[in-house]
Parts: sequence; C-alpha cells; structure tokens
Amino acid sequence: MTLFDERIPELVRRMKDGELSPVELAEEAIRRIEDVDTRVGSFLERNDALLQSAEQLLDKRNRGEALGALYGLPAGIKDNIAVKGMKLTCASRMLADYRPLDDAVVIERLRAEDALFVGKLNLDEFAMGSSTETSAFQKTRNPWNPETVPGGSSGGSAAAVAAREVVFALGTDSGGSVRQPASFTGIVGFKPTYGRIPRTGVVAFASSFDTVGVLAKTVDDAAYVYDQLHGYDERDTTSLPRDAEATFATLGQDVRGLRAAVPEEWLENIDPEVKARIEEALGVMEGLGIGVDVVRLPHLSYAEAAYTILASAEAASNLARFDGVRYGFRPEGIADIDELYTRARSAGFGWEVKRRLMLGTFALSAGRYEDFYLKAQKVRTRIREDLARVFADYDLIVGPTAPTPAFHFKERLDDPLKMYQNDRFTVPANLAGLPAISVPAGFSGSGLPIGLQIMGDATDDARVLQVAYAFQEATLHHVRRPAL
Amino acid sequence: MTYETVVGLEVHVELATKTKLFCECRTDFGAEPNANTCPICLAHPGTLPRLNEEAVALAIKAALSLGCEITRETKFDRKHYFYPDLPKAYQMSQFDRPIGQNGFVEIEVDGEKKRIRIERLHLEEDAGKLVHTPAGTLVDFNRGGVPLIEIVSAPDLRSGKEARAYLEKLRAILAYAGVSDVRMEEGSLRCDANVSVRPLGETRFGTKTEIKNMNSLSSVEKAIEYEAARQVEVLAQGGTIRQETRRFDEARRVTVAMRAKETAADYRYFPDPDMVPFTIPEAWIDEIRASIPELPDERRGRYIEQWGLSPYDAGVLTLEKDVSDFFEATVAAGGDVKTIANWMMVEVLGYLNKHQKTIRDVPMTPAHLAQLVRLIEDGTISGRIAKTVFQEMIESGADPKSIVEAKGLLQIQDVSLLEEVVSRVVEAHPQSVADYLAGKERALGHLVGQVMKETKGKANPKLVNDLLQKALEAKRADHAGP
Repeated sequence: MTLFDERIPELVRRMKDGELSPVELAEEAIRRIEDVDTRVGSFLERNDALLQSAEQLLDKRNRGEALGALYGLPAGIKDNIAVKGMKLTCASRMLADYRPLDDAVVIERLRAEDALFVGKLNLDEFAMGSSTETSAFQKTRNPWNPETVPGGSSGGSAAAVAAREVVFALGTDSGGSVRQPASFTGIVGFKPTYGRIPRTGVVAFASSFDTVGVLAKTVDDAAYVYDQLHGYDERDTTSLPRDAEATFATLGQDVRGLRAAVPEEWLENIDPEVKARIEEALGVMEGLGIGVDVVRLPHLSYAEAAYTILASAEAASNLARFDGVRYGFRPEGIADIDELYTRARSAGFGWEVKRRLMLGTFALSAGRYEDFYLKAQKVRTRIREDLARVFADYDLIVGPTAPTPAFHFKERLDDPLKMYQNDRFTVPANLAGLPAISVPAGFSGSGLPIGLQIMGDATDDARVLQVAYAFQEATLHHVRRPAL
Repeated sequence: MTYETVVGLEVHVELATKTKLFCECRTDFGAEPNANTCPICLAHPGTLPRLNEEAVALAIKAALSLGCEITRETKFDRKHYFYPDLPKAYQMSQFDRPIGQNGFVEIEVDGEKKRIRIERLHLEEDAGKLVHTPAGTLVDFNRGGVPLIEIVSAPDLRSGKEARAYLEKLRAILAYAGVSDVRMEEGSLRCDANVSVRPLGETRFGTKTEIKNMNSLSSVEKAIEYEAARQVEVLAQGGTIRQETRRFDEARRVTVAMRAKETAADYRYFPDPDMVPFTIPEAWIDEIRASIPELPDERRGRYIEQWGLSPYDAGVLTLEKDVSDFFEATVAAGGDVKTIANWMMVEVLGYLNKHQKTIRDVPMTPAHLAQLVRLIEDGTISGRIAKTVFQEMIESGADPKSIVEAKGLLQIQDVSLLEEVVSRVVEAHPQSVADYLAGKERALGHLVGQVMKETKGKANPKLVNDLLQKALEAKRADHAGP
C-alpha cells in the first residue's frame, strides 16, 4: 500500500487539512519512479523542479491562500501535450528538442487547481499506435507483465498510473488511445465527448478524432480530475460549452432502469477470456438493474477501415508542417529545399508515422479521394446514424474495450492490420465523438487485466461515469495492483 | 483567320483587417521581418486557428459590393503543398463553398458597356515571403496568415484593354467599399490571367495559359496583348498551345514559360477539421449590406446629374477612390465645381500620370487646390500664372497664396503702371500698330503678348487688352486727324 493507492479527493483533503504535505507526495512520486521506472519506462522527461513546486504549494497553504481542487497531486502528462518548461517530443525524433512556448489549455487548468507535474510520459510516435512500441525513444512495459505491452498510444500514461508513479495522468484518445491502455493495465481510462476538453496545446494527430482523456486508478478519481478540465476555451473553436456541471458529485446516482445495448459484433472473434469477463460484467450490470440487450449494428464492421483512412488523411495534413524549416529535426549539409524536406521527414519520422502519412496522402489524392476519403466519410456518417438509432432506445452501449488482453512486444508491430484491429471496439466512439470509458473487469488466466467499455450518447459524460462507478463499486477488480 | 482573345482574371486582394485571419498578429505593411508572427501563424504544434470575424465581414462586404450571392453555410478547406513560405504546408482556403458566388462588374471600353461575370469570391490566408540573399534564402512570415479574398471572373474578357478596365473597376469598387487598400505596388492587389485564343465564331475555348507576375495595370494589359498575339502566331504556324504557367517579363514586355501545367500539384483539398462549418446569419448580411457606402457607379451618376459633369469626366474622376475623394474635398472647400473638375482632369491627373504618382504621394491638399481656383476667379492671378503656382504647390505642399506672394506673382492691376508699358510697346512696334489699323485684328494679339512679356506674365490680360485697344483707337484718331 502506497500513498498513491489512496483516492484523490481523500489525498487532497488530507493535504488541505495539513495532515499530509505536497512535498511528501512529490517525494513519493520521485521514490516510486526511482524504484520502478527502469522496469516500466513510462517517463520521457522528469520535471527537475517538482520538489520546488511542491514547496511553493506548501508555502501557499502556509500563507492561508485559497487552494485548488487538485492541490498537491502529482500528475503525469502524455508527451503530446504542451507543458511550458518541458520538451514536447511526441516520442518522435522530429521534435526531440522542441520546447513549446505555452502551456496547453488543459495544463493551464491543472495548474490553476494546484496540480504538480511529475513529467512527460511515453507514447506511440505522434500517438500513432496501440502498444507504445512506435516511440522513437524507449519501450514502456506493462506493469502486470514486463513481456507485454502497456497498450497505446497513451501507454506511458497508463503504465505510470498502474505502477503508482503518479496519481493520475492525461492522455489523448483518437481511436482508443486512452481506453485501450487503461484496459491493458487494469486502470480507468475516460474519453469524454469530443470537444468537452479543449485541444489547444495538444499536438494534433487526427483533429476530428483527438480527445484529451484522463487515466486514473478509479472512476471517481477520473471524474474528479475530469471536472477540472471540461469547458469551452475560445482558442479551440471546436470545444463545447461547459453546460454540464461537475460529474463527480453525481456519482452514486441510481442506475436502475437504464438500458444497455451490446453490439453482437463485439462478442464475435474475441479472446475467450475477454468474452468470459465481459459476460460476467454484463451479469453485474443486470444485477445493478440495468437492462442488457444484444443488438446488431450493421456498419460497425467498417469502423476500423473508415477510421484508418480518415485519421491517416487528417494526420498526413496535420504533420505536413514538420518540414525542418522553422523548428524540429533538421539534417546537416542540405543542398536545396527539396532535399531539406525529404531528409528531414525521412529521418525525422519513424515507420508507423510514415506508413500513415503515405496512406493518408493516398486517400486524399486526385482520383482516389472519392473511393477512399469520401467513402470513409460516408461510412462515418452511417456509423453515427447506427449509433444514434441505438441511443434512441438505449442509454448505453457496452462491451469489451479491446478484443484481447495485453499482447507481447513485437507480436503485432510488423502486422499493421492486426495492430489496427485491436482498436475496433474503441474507434466507433471516436468516429461519432461519443463519451466512453474503460473500467477494470477482471483478469485473464495469466493475470493480465481486461477492461469493460461503457459508451454513452454525445454529452452524456456524467451518465457514463455514473454507470462505470456503479459497476466499479459492485466489483473488486480495481483494487488489485501489479506486483512490480 | 481572325482570332478572338478570351481572358479570365484571378485577383487576390488583401483585406484591410487589423489582425490576421486565424491569429491576433498585426497585418501592417513594412514591419521588421517576422515581427508580426506568433505560434499560430508559424504553425507550431498544438496551435489551432481562431477565425477573425472582421475578415469574414469584409469578405461579405466585398462580395455584396460585387453583386455576389452570399453562401449561408460555408467552411474552410485545406489546400496542401510544400513550400517554405507556407508554414502549415497547407493553405486555409475555401474549395466548394466560397463565401460569394455569381457576381458581376460593369465595365465600359470605347464607349461600350459590358457586364463581366464573377464566378466566385472566397476567403483564404496569404503565405509568407521568401527573401533571397547571397547567404541563402530567408523567410519573412509577416504576410503569412493575412486574410485575402480571391475573386475569379468568368472568361468574359476579350482583350487586354477590357482586362485592364475590369481590374480598374474592381479595384475602385473594393476601395470604395473600404475592404482593402488595393495597392498593386504593395502587393495588396495581385492579378493572374488565364489567356486563350480561338477563331472568331468558335464557341469552344482554346487551350489556356496562366500569366503571372503582372505588377501594374499597364503590365496586365500589355502581358495579355502579348500573350494573345503569341498564341495566334503559334497557331498560324500550325503549332499547338501548351497548357502552362508563364510569367510576364516587365523589362522585355514578353511572357516566358515557367512550368508545364500537367505536372501541377495535386492540392488534396479536404474540409478543415479544426474549424467547424459555420452559418452566416441573415441579419449579419443585412447589417453589412446597409454599411456599404456609395460605390463608383453611383458616385459617377451623381457627378453627372448633380454637378453636370460629362459622363467621361465623371468616369475618370471616380475611377480611383482617393482621386474622387480629393475632388469632393476640394469642391467642399469652395469653388466652381466645373473649374475644379477641369483642374483635376488636366493638371492634377496629368501631373500624377507624368510622374507615375498617386494622389497620396503628393503633399498638396484639397484646400490648397480650392484656394488656387479662387485666386483665378477673383483675378488675383492669371490662369497662366496659376499653372506655375500649381507646379510649385503639388511638389512642395505650400499654400498657393504664399507661393504667389513669395514669388511676386500677383497680377498687375495698376492701370497707370500698365498704361506706361502699353504706350512703350505701341511706340516700339509701329508695324503691328499699322497692321492693326489696317484691319488686321491678329496684330492685337501680338501686342498683348509683348505687354505680357514685359510684365513677366503678371499683367491682368483683360486689362491689358482694354488699355491696348484704347491706345490703338487713339492712334487711329490721330491718323484720321485734320
């Protein structure tokens, strides 16, 4: 049992009351990282000023100033989110030395609530991947089994929370990158409705999919942190107004009488142990008074293909700015501008990124646009319509977060289609911009965590959290922690 | 065979906003390189565009002033290409939902009126500028992200002259509407031309070339005339026109091939996902429509009807907003409208043309011009002297009264002084006197000239005339004497 096993609201209360100091928590984070991070590999950069910041927070309390909702909590940040004073690498050679000029909006909000930043966490290069193996810098291992991946792309964020190196972490989810690693590491990963959390300062991968999410040990912790993050910011015109008030306070609300749909396709071709855990989870939900029906969503089988085309197209456009001219990786001894572009991008990007940039460029090119980009947009619309039809009759869609538990390193790295299929249950929420969460639903025979995904209709973020919380409180899966 | 020239123009106009299209950087011309930049317009990772409403309002105003329909549901699209002056490697533009469509501009060439259709007007961002130095190529991003409108005409123009007239009119309308300062020399108005030729009577279009690098109205006209003639020549010799981009060589007055169009970039347009599609509210359009000031055609009509100017003069005086505003300010300062119009047409525009200047480049004020006209009207100076005063005034910016005083140009009105000169001239030119008395009226002119010469042009010509006639009639009486 460490300090970081404690629930967030309780930690904050204890620090505000002076029973515990932010310096103690910061020291705990440092100790944990020194103990375990050589085995886990979550951190790309650590904040050298962590203890100083913790002391400043302590002074703030001693001066009697008002203290923020996240007072003294050591947080980890996925390294595609800008934190002033630290590098913003996106786990890419291209940005190995890049320093952002400003904090991301989410970082401003965490700072305003007195959170502490422990450091920057590993990810798949530019968030493209499902195992964190495409990071240009290091391997992150699953704290439950060092031979398996932590999932991705927010693998560093998930592993750091699971290994108790931080109290919570921020990740980004464009096709499942918060939920799938949460599922693989036995923690909670919440991706809110698209637009709930402003993206400014988050390096774009696929703009119409990218969503900042929270990774934490429990649903209540995730909801508590999420409440400090959501709401409109004028710097991101795709962000949504804060029409919903705090979700944390609504946890514990009765979920009896709600109706959940399980897509038939989501129980097919999956790992038998995953299937077993999900069926048990559905039983728990029925026990909570939630009606569960199996439904058919005919277009869902195309979700992965549509996502791959659209996200790659947006990525090809978003990453075109990395040309070696203004910042970022710049090769020596170039003769002309074409050589600068070619060499900066050939050497600056890794294979997975290049694969997607080529795919995306192809999907948008003259003569291919109609067959690929446009068709994929139509599929996106159909899937949205399918989901809207389900939500006309149901409050939730539930199923597995991923078709398997964590897989081994290199198992899928050279088989992109197999790797992409790992996202097939998570991408529908991104295609439709819906809120979804992964909560611990048990373990495989070899002790790897398995996650249950709960998805809600657009803007029903609070309900998703309420149901996930009810499920969590009815089970004990979240209590287990990796041995390390 | 007789050929017909077919021209369509693509005009880019920088909007007169205080800040850029997607960030809050200033747009002022001539700032230190890269002074007007920020992480957004330098395309740093994590930045997002924030639409400048003022730019949208000005684009709508421009579109309405050009008779366009406004697209209510609109959006931005990304146009991709790699170039060091384009930080995002895509330009934010509008592909299939331009803010304005189906407008027109009316032109008049050689007394013939013609309506030139505008196919589309869309909003986009400008790129930066490359600066080539011996040490290498540098990039100045001050202009990057400045809002532009691109106005695409239908292929309705039939000559370089028509193209010039269209461009002049377009420029006038946009200046009057106040959406841009439309200065070709500063690059706030840029023009590319699509030129083709076809046998007269043919309805299909010939293969077109795109002409770039035309930096003035006259180079637009010359480039198109040259290019059309070149194409006719190629066809006459049995050749075919290559679809290509050509640049106008200002010094040699020819167009030169730049690159073949076949290999042109594939821009891979798609809707910008960072900026959701938006609806332009009806009330906003109405508000903008109501704010459009008098446009050149209306003003021209007013000059004809209210001030009785000729259609030609009214047209010339309204072609440039600055000139027209100067003219109106002069009239407002007092003086006869037609005299002022005449001074504007002959002297002011003559001077500006001759020296390749604009009205903004000269220090003369409307009040000074009005004062000059009054000095002629009240007989303080002669029309001839006034021209000298004008030259001084337009160059130095001094007021005409002080110029007249400083240079001693006051008209001689003193009768006794002039009588003395007149009697001296009459004595010195017996032959002219004899001619006059013999009925040769022209001799009087010669004598007047002599008096003016003696007085260095300062004598009141009417007074001189009267005094001379009086002196000559006295001579006639002497001759007819006893």
